[in-house]
Amino acid sequence: MSEHKTTEMLQEEAAKLFAEIEAKKAAGTKLTPKDRTSIPLQEMPSQEPTVRAHNMSEVALGYTETQARLESERCIQCGGAPCKNGCPVGVPIPEFIKHIQEGDFKGAVDTIKQTNLLPAICGRVCPQENQCQKFCTVGKMMKAPEKAVAIGRLERFVADWERSHDQITVPTPAPETGKKVAVIGSGPAGLTVAADIRRAGHSVTVFEAFQKTGGVMVYGIPEFRLPKELVAKEVDNLKKMGVEFKTSFLVGRTQTLEQLLDEGGYDAAFIGTGAGLPKFMHIEGENLIGVFSANEYLTRSNLMKAYDREHSDTPLYDAKRVAVFGGGNVAMDGARTALRLGAEKVYCVYRRTRAEMPARIEEVAHAFEEGVDFHFLENPTKFIGDDKGRLIGVELLTYELGEPDASGRRRPVAIPGTEHVLDIDAAVIALGNDSNPLMAQTTKGLNVTKWGNIIVDENQKTSIPRVWAGGDIVLGAATVILAMGEGRRAAASMNEYLAGK
Amino acid sequence: MHKILEKRQLSYDKERDQSVFYYKVDAPEIARNRKAGQFIIFQIDDNYGERIPLTIADANPKEGWIAIVFQTVGATTRRFSMTFNEGDNIPVLVGPLGKPTHIEKKDGLVLCVGGGIGIAPLHPIVQANHAIGNKVVTIIGARTKDLLFFEDEMRAASDELIVVTDDGSYGRKAVVTVPLTEICEKEKVSEIVSIGPAIMMKFCVAAAKPFGVPITTSLNTIMIDGTGMCGCCRVSVGGETKFVCVDGPEFDGYKVDFDNMMQRMTAFKDKEREADHKCRVGLDAGKAGA
Repeated sequence: MSEHKTTEMLQEEAAKLFAEIEAKKAAGTKLTPKDRTSIPLQEMPSQEPTVRAHNMSEVALGYTETQARLESERCIQCGGAPCKNGCPVGVPIPEFIKHIQEGDFKGAVDTIKQTNLLPAICGRVCPQENQCQKFCTVGKMMKAPEKAVAIGRLERFVADWERSHDQITVPTPAPETGKKVAVIGSGPAGLTVAADIRRAGHSVTVFEAFQKTGGVMVYGIPEFRLPKELVAKEVDNLKKMGVEFKTSFLVGRTQTLEQLLDEGGYDAAFIGTGAGLPKFMHIEGENLIGVFSANEYLTRSNLMKAYDREHSDTPLYDAKRVAVFGGGNVAMDGARTALRLGAEKVYCVYRRTRAEMPARIEEVAHAFEEGVDFHFLENPTKFIGDDKGRLIGVELLTYELGEPDASGRRRPVAIPGTEHVLDIDAAVIALGNDSNPLMAQTTKGLNVTKWGNIIVDENQKTSIPRVWAGGDIVLGAATVILAMGEGRRAAASMNEYLAGK
Repeated sequence: MHKILEKRQLSYDKERDQSVFYYKVDAPEIARNRKAGQFIIFQIDDNYGERIPLTIADANPKEGWIAIVFQTVGATTRRFSMTFNEGDNIPVLVGPLGKPTHIEKKDGLVLCVGGGIGIAPLHPIVQANHAIGNKVVTIIGARTKDLLFFEDEMRAASDELIVVTDDGSYGRKAVVTVPLTEICEKEKVSEIVSIGPAIMMKFCVAAAKPFGVPITTSLNTIMIDGTGMCGCCRVSVGGETKFVCVDGPEFDGYKVDFDNMMQRMTAFKDKEREADHKCRVGLDAGKAGA
């Protein structure tokens, strides 16, 4: 593990280089692409691993102004903007970076907001290495995709700058049209739809089953990765635009979608209810005390604030040895939450290897740094309990990688006779989510796939007139940005429909 | 926000220092759509409060209210009963949750069995069966006289009401399975609905088995979201894992693994005791100060 650099150390390094570049520019010399690519990738300042593993504060601290300016100079403004094509919502990336190069941070964030309303969130949770940064020309030139321009970190920087400098401008909606839209679910898809439709002058009500708005950004993603204050701020901005929020309202039960459309006076509706039905493994011992779905484990800590033992009424399960099963972002969140809740030993059991992990590279790196013990090429066969029904261990089987499967990843193959037991007192299952069946069960004529995902056309329209859908309820468990992309497409189609009505 | 329209104490258990309270709460949307067997989740604080599921004990869609009945068993229910009075607002209340009871016209009688706090969730099921013309015999039971409630309400919605207490202080001295067995021996029973402590439901299932009468039980497991998202409430039913909040709360009693369910309900027992202790110490200190 390389030495941890403090913000001050990183800032000092950046300041020196940046001064040289400024001097060069002042002397009238233009930076060549070679000058630009020779600037080292700016490292993200972060809390020291041994410290942060025991607190809930944000791990990544954000670039300093100098670091952001310096990192922006690494962009060669290559012309084709391949990065933009890698973005699910088509953020004008070279343009916003150019603004940073010029020191115009407000201009940069406004440019992003032309297509992405939640840059502070996306800058933190987007899998940039598989999207914009994957296509970055700088990364290609250096034959090192990990050295692409840090687009996500720059996006975060300008969004944070805007917020901390009180520069947020709330869009003014078009004159009232008198049309009413119901948005079901206040996660990334729902919030995006609400903003785009409200901007067009329609009235919008967002219905949320929980007591707080934000969906997975509030119940799932932990504070140390996405501060809840940021999500609340985005919701506040929507409220300022006139969007109405109804919490503790479960559409399908409190009122059905049909009731909203037929009696509630809503002209159209968007379903963005997410993928909220945890997958279990259906192995022996899964209902022992101490075996949790990642949703339960994270919801207790995040939404119910159980990590704040002094104030929260929701209890946590005390565990010293926790195993998390899975290799995605949720698994990383679970493992790193377990450390912060006081576990002495945290394992992450994944049946493939680090190279195949679907989690963001940064999350995996952070988990390693914080001391999560990875058990690759292992998979559980049964959970073991004591006579009181409490978990005391898990039996694992060792795997090896075989031929690639349909997803292109090498298929894990069990090695017979390699069963062995790991002593644990809590297990967190993070193997993904199926679609919550409530909307399909309570809405006549709503077509879903055999996995329960709502079927939509290219405009996100469902099988029911006046009803659109998007996000994880359509995609299966995916990402914040893909959900937002679907939301934008749905909102465009809904606005078109409402205008013609 | 949901205003408390009426608050009544239904019983007090001296031995355990636990009370049962009835709250009538303004909730027009829930009252309009709720059906027998469904529940709500409430919080007394939208930031730090825990989510507590309670079956709806009564409702009036015209007047726009629902009634909830709860026992002061933990820190939250105790604080709720002590600090929330008529005119106060409950900050978080969501529902109706869960699948409604399947109510249909039966040839034989429907035997409804409620024990302790389970009498409250049984009430709407008795009402609904009565309303569609089923012959309803209801058995309500408790450890002792002081813990019984809803006797008049149950009598009004039943063709016959049998009251039992463990200690014989009121009604017949018996546990609920005694009259249950007697009725099954004498009459044609089409269905039994049993709601109460898990151990009582388990014994009701055992008592019903020799007669082959279908028995429905309503489970009160630990929950968080109540919408199928967390799986905290899961139980094994017929060898399959089911979520009480969305697949239930009612299940075929013959298929429920009550032993696993009872174990799972002890998951946070030590924590609850700790919190309850802290809560009461705090209140006592407050009183002493005044």
